[in-house]
Amino acid sequence: MSLDLNSRPRLAPGCRMGENNNQRVLLMPERALRLNGPSLEIVSRCDGKHSVSQIIGELQLLYSKAEPHRVAQDILGYLALLQKERALDFEM
Amino acid sequence: MITSLQNPLALVAELTHRCPLHCVYCSNPLELQSRSTELSTEVWSRVFKEAAAAGVLQADLTGGEPLARPDIVDLVRHTRAVGLYVSLITSGLPLDQAKLDALVQAGLDHFQLSFQGAREETSNDISGTKSHQHKLRVLEWLKRYRIGLTLNFVIHRRNIDELEEMLTIVEESGAGCVEFASVQYYGWAFANRENLLPTREQLDYCVERLHRAEKELQGKIRVVFVVPDYYAKFPKPCVGGWGRKLMLITPKGDALPCHAAPVIPGLKFENVKNRSLREIWERSEAFQKFRGEDWMQEPCKSCDRREQDFGGCRCQAMLVAGDAAATDPVCSLAPQRPKVDAILAKISGAPPDLRQLTRSDWRYRPNPW
Repeated sequence: MSLDLNSRPRLAPGCRMGENNNQRVLLMPERALRLNGPSLEIVSRCDGKHSVSQIIGELQLLYSKAEPHRVAQDILGYLALLQKERALDFEM
Repeated sequence: MITSLQNPLALVAELTHRCPLHCVYCSNPLELQSRSTELSTEVWSRVFKEAAAAGVLQADLTGGEPLARPDIVDLVRHTRAVGLYVSLITSGLPLDQAKLDALVQAGLDHFQLSFQGAREETSNDISGTKSHQHKLRVLEWLKRYRIGLTLNFVIHRRNIDELEEMLTIVEESGAGCVEFASVQYYGWAFANRENLLPTREQLDYCVERLHRAEKELQGKIRVVFVVPDYYAKFPKPCVGGWGRKLMLITPKGDALPCHAAPVIPGLKFENVKNRSLREIWERSEAFQKFRGEDWMQEPCKSCDRREQDFGGCRCQAMLVAGDAAATDPVCSLAPQRPKVDAILAKISGAPPDLRQLTRSDWRYRPNPW
C-alpha cells in the first residue's frame, strides 16, 4: 500500500499519545509504542493538519545533517508501519 | 532479581464476576466471587492510581460483565484521570445509549465488544442468553463516536463455520481491529472442552481464510488470530511471561499473575486491600514463583526458545500435566505432549455433530449473587 504525499495523517480512533515515567508513548488498543527522537517528531505531527510531504520537509530541516532522501524514506517506512498497525487515518 | 525487574505494563481489572451471559467457555474460575465481596469504588480508584505510578500503561476493565457495576462510569473516569489507557471489555448487554454516551464522556479509549457467533441461534445457544440482536444495536450506536473499537469473536467448533458471516459483521461495523480468539481451555472452557475443540480441518480453513482477510483488510482493520494452542507446535508466551508484564485483580482484590492462576495449588495471593500494587509486583510469592527461569525443568531449562515463550502456560501445565512447573504440554518437545494428542485424536476420530447438541450438553456458567 503506497502513501499519498498530499494526504494528512491523523491518529486513528482509540490511539493517542501518553506519557509514563518521562517516556512518551503511542497508546493503541491492546498495545503501546515507545516514542523517541524521530518517531516522536513524526507522531506529534500526525494531527490531520500536516500532509505527509510537510512532515518530510519539517524533519529534513530538523535533521539537516542526515541525507534528505534517507530521512524521507525512513518517514514513509514508519508511517506505513503505523498504518499497518491501524494507528493512522489518512485524510485527503 | 528486583533490580532487573521490569514494570508491569497492563492491569486487568476484573471488576465483578456477575454477568448476564452464561458463556460455555467463560474464562472466569468455576468458583465465582459474589457481589458482597467486590471491591468498592474507592479501593479500585486507589488501585488504578498505584498502577499508573508503578508504570502501567493500560487498564482493561473486564469481568464478568463490567457494566454490571453501577459505578462503571466513575471507574472509567478515575482510570483515565490517573493517565491510564482505558479499555472496556464487554458483552454490551446491559448498555443503553445514555450509558454509552456517559462512558465516552468519562474518557473511555477503547470499546471491546464480544460476539459469540455471527448467527442469532448460535450466539444465544453459546451465551445461554438472548444477546445477539442487542450487540448489533450497540454496534450501530458506536458509529457516532470516535473511540477505538475491537470486535472479539471467540472461536470453537460450534461457530468456526460462520467465519465468513463474522467477517461481514466486522467490515460493516467500522471497527479498527478484530480478534478471532480460539477458546483457551481454562475455567468453564476446560469443563466443556470436548464440545468446543475444533477439528484439524476446521482449523486449516480458519487459518487460510484469516490469512486472506488480513491482506484484504490491511490498513483498514487489524486482524488478530489467537490459535488453539492444543494444535500448536510451540506454546504461547502466556501473559508475556509470568510476572513480567501483566497483573490481574479479581473482584475481591486478589492480585494474580494470570486469570487462571488459582488452579495452581499452594500459590498464595496478596490482596490489594492490604498491600500496594508495587509491593505485590515486587515481592508477592505468587508473582515470584514462576518469574524468570529458575523454576524451569528440562526440556525448557536448556531450550533456545525459553526467552520467547517462557515455557508456555503454567496453568495449562497444571491442568493437563498435573505439574505447574512442567513444560506446557502443548509444546511438541514436552514429555506430556501425548496427553494433548490423545485429546485431539478423540476429536478427529468421532467429531460429534454439534448442531444436534442441546442445552443440556453444555455446562453453562451461572450468574453469582
